[in-house]
Amino acid sequence: MLWQALTLQLGYNATLVAIGATLLGFAAGVTGTFLFLRRRSLVSDAISHATLPGVGLAFIVMVALGGDGRNLAGLLAGSAVTAALGLLAVQWLTRRTRLAEDSAIGAVLSVFFGFGVVLLTVIQTMESGRQAGLDSLLLGSTAGMLRSDALLIAAGGALTLILTLILRRPMIMVAFDEDYAAARGLNIRQVDLATMGLVMAVTVVGLKVVGLILIVALLIIPPVTARFWTDRTERVWLLSGLIGGASGFVGAAISASAPALPTGPIIVLTGFTVFALSLFLAPNRGVLAAVLRHIAFQRRVHLRQGLLALAHGQPIYERYTVRLLHRAGLSRPDGVATEAGRARAAKALLDEKRWEILRAMPDHEAAAALYDGMRPIETVVTRDQLAEIDTHLAAPQEVPA
Amino acid sequence: MTRIALASTNGQTMTGAAPETAPMSIRGMTVSYGQKPVVFSVDATFPEGSMTAIIGPNGAGKSTLLKASLGILRPLSGIVSVFGRPLNSQRHRIAYVPQRASVDWDFPTTVLDVVLMGLSRELGLLRLVRPRHRARALDCLSRVGMAEFADRQIGQLSGGQQQRVFLARALAQGADLYLLDEPFAGVDAATEKAIIAVLKTLKAEGKTVVSVHHDLSTVTDYFDRVLILNTSKIAEGPVADAFTETNLQAAYGGRLATAQVAGIPVAG
Repeated sequence: MLWQALTLQLGYNATLVAIGATLLGFAAGVTGTFLFLRRRSLVSDAISHATLPGVGLAFIVMVALGGDGRNLAGLLAGSAVTAALGLLAVQWLTRRTRLAEDSAIGAVLSVFFGFGVVLLTVIQTMESGRQAGLDSLLLGSTAGMLRSDALLIAAGGALTLILTLILRRPMIMVAFDEDYAAARGLNIRQVDLATMGLVMAVTVVGLKVVGLILIVALLIIPPVTARFWTDRTERVWLLSGLIGGASGFVGAAISASAPALPTGPIIVLTGFTVFALSLFLAPNRGVLAAVLRHIAFQRRVHLRQGLLALAHGQPIYERYTVRLLHRAGLSRPDGVATEAGRARAAKALLDEKRWEILRAMPDHEAAAALYDGMRPIETVVTRDQLAEIDTHLAAPQEVPA
Repeated sequence: MTRIALASTNGQTMTGAAPETAPMSIRGMTVSYGQKPVVFSVDATFPEGSMTAIIGPNGAGKSTLLKASLGILRPLSGIVSVFGRPLNSQRHRIAYVPQRASVDWDFPTTVLDVVLMGLSRELGLLRLVRPRHRARALDCLSRVGMAEFADRQIGQLSGGQQQRVFLARALAQGADLYLLDEPFAGVDAATEKAIIAVLKTLKAEGKTVVSVHHDLSTVTDYFDRVLILNTSKIAEGPVADAFTETNLQAAYGGRLATAQVAGIPVAG
């Protein structure tokens, strides 16, 4: 069943949903990257919650005009209006009042959402307009997706994506270095508004598929996940788009493969799975890599300290150090140096003495600054410089057995 | 001795510097945070080919003056002209090197990509980064001795190296006026040498350099003009005339430690 879903063999509607979700995921991943880079991911939460009153108002207006209250284009247009108002409210509160951005987001989010819920409740008491199902925009629902709905989502996602890519350079410049961007003549406020506007567009487009509560996840999870794998801006947004698109596709397929699985939440959980895997397994920034790096480094430090202790004929108090030395064949289990251990200890001591001389030489300030107790001195000075240092060395040191 | 030599070169650069066409001229600049002016009614002119240090105690408004004159902060009042024209029409001739602390160094970008930001005017919104753009960025990096770090993530650099990358980004713009905010703050000696060498080359090419500076002991060696600031302007002019104990006392007051005064000419 799942395989058929993944290969788009589950029929017309499932295929429409999968294509729509893929495009939406890609657009959200790319657009969300710029919000993430600007460190304002949470603004998207305010924007998405502010869509709800717009949905209600659009429904009422369309019914009042005698149309179908559930026309998707009309509902999305309405949601865009109040989302824009919510966005401007956050901007205004942050810039013109003493409210910090997080408080402004909280205030706007709850007030707009509350108003939206009131409107939906009022609509439920209305007689006309086939109001049932309007609240599906909260969590998304793809059950009765029409071809025209899918086309609308595809077109909206593609347009947002294109605009985002066109504006990426100014958005990156502002996100990285606001002052420099301003000095180059960029209007920071306009660039920020453009970023938020694009996020708003993705949100509105995504209402049908993932719903207003979960769209935030599609904007935040993919860039955060992509960041684990690369240090380059251009790759972060591309990877983020791919992760978002893949989550959309796989999530939609999974939900189509069983009757009771809601599309939006499954898409989000799929994205989260990729995130969790990246969090632990990514090569540089992942948790596992960090732990392994730490352990390896700790071993190096212990070995080095142990060797220096051997060289000075001092007792080694830490059991872990003795164990490491023993395992490396550098000492006996009781901490007495072996032949190899004495040689390595002598080298460590020589290194330390050379560093001491180097750090006292005013000409080598830059090289001396690299001292950390661990770095072999040969990696920071040339052979000639090393010979010069060695002229200051006293007679070779005997290492006590 | 250096002082005398500098003074005579100053004499030459000064004669060609009419305020109306100077690389930057500031008139009546006041900037305030809330109700408290940090910069009050400052006039300043930076003549072509000069190297000016903006000095003054902590909180004197040095960085603020720089930011306001670039429109990064909006001043309460004041007019800035750049090469005799309004600021916005001349932005392409200005390169700004912000303070290192103003940036999130964990940002996912490489050294080369940061320098390529200096070419943003040329690249526009859509043009692809071509080999010649990369070559130019690399050339700017080698001018500050950072070419071998081109592919590093910026967070892996030392403070001094980060500062040099910022300077390389400014160089990539090919500007005529360079405004730097404390480029020597917290950098190693090698970086300080590299930066000052680049700045002196720029000056030799006829470019204009303005730098917020905090180390009074190097003012005479590095710069030929000073602007001494403590909210309002205390003094402005060639180092030999303006960098005097009287002026410094006026700016720094009791905060001027005697150690810092060593080597500073006593007012005539």
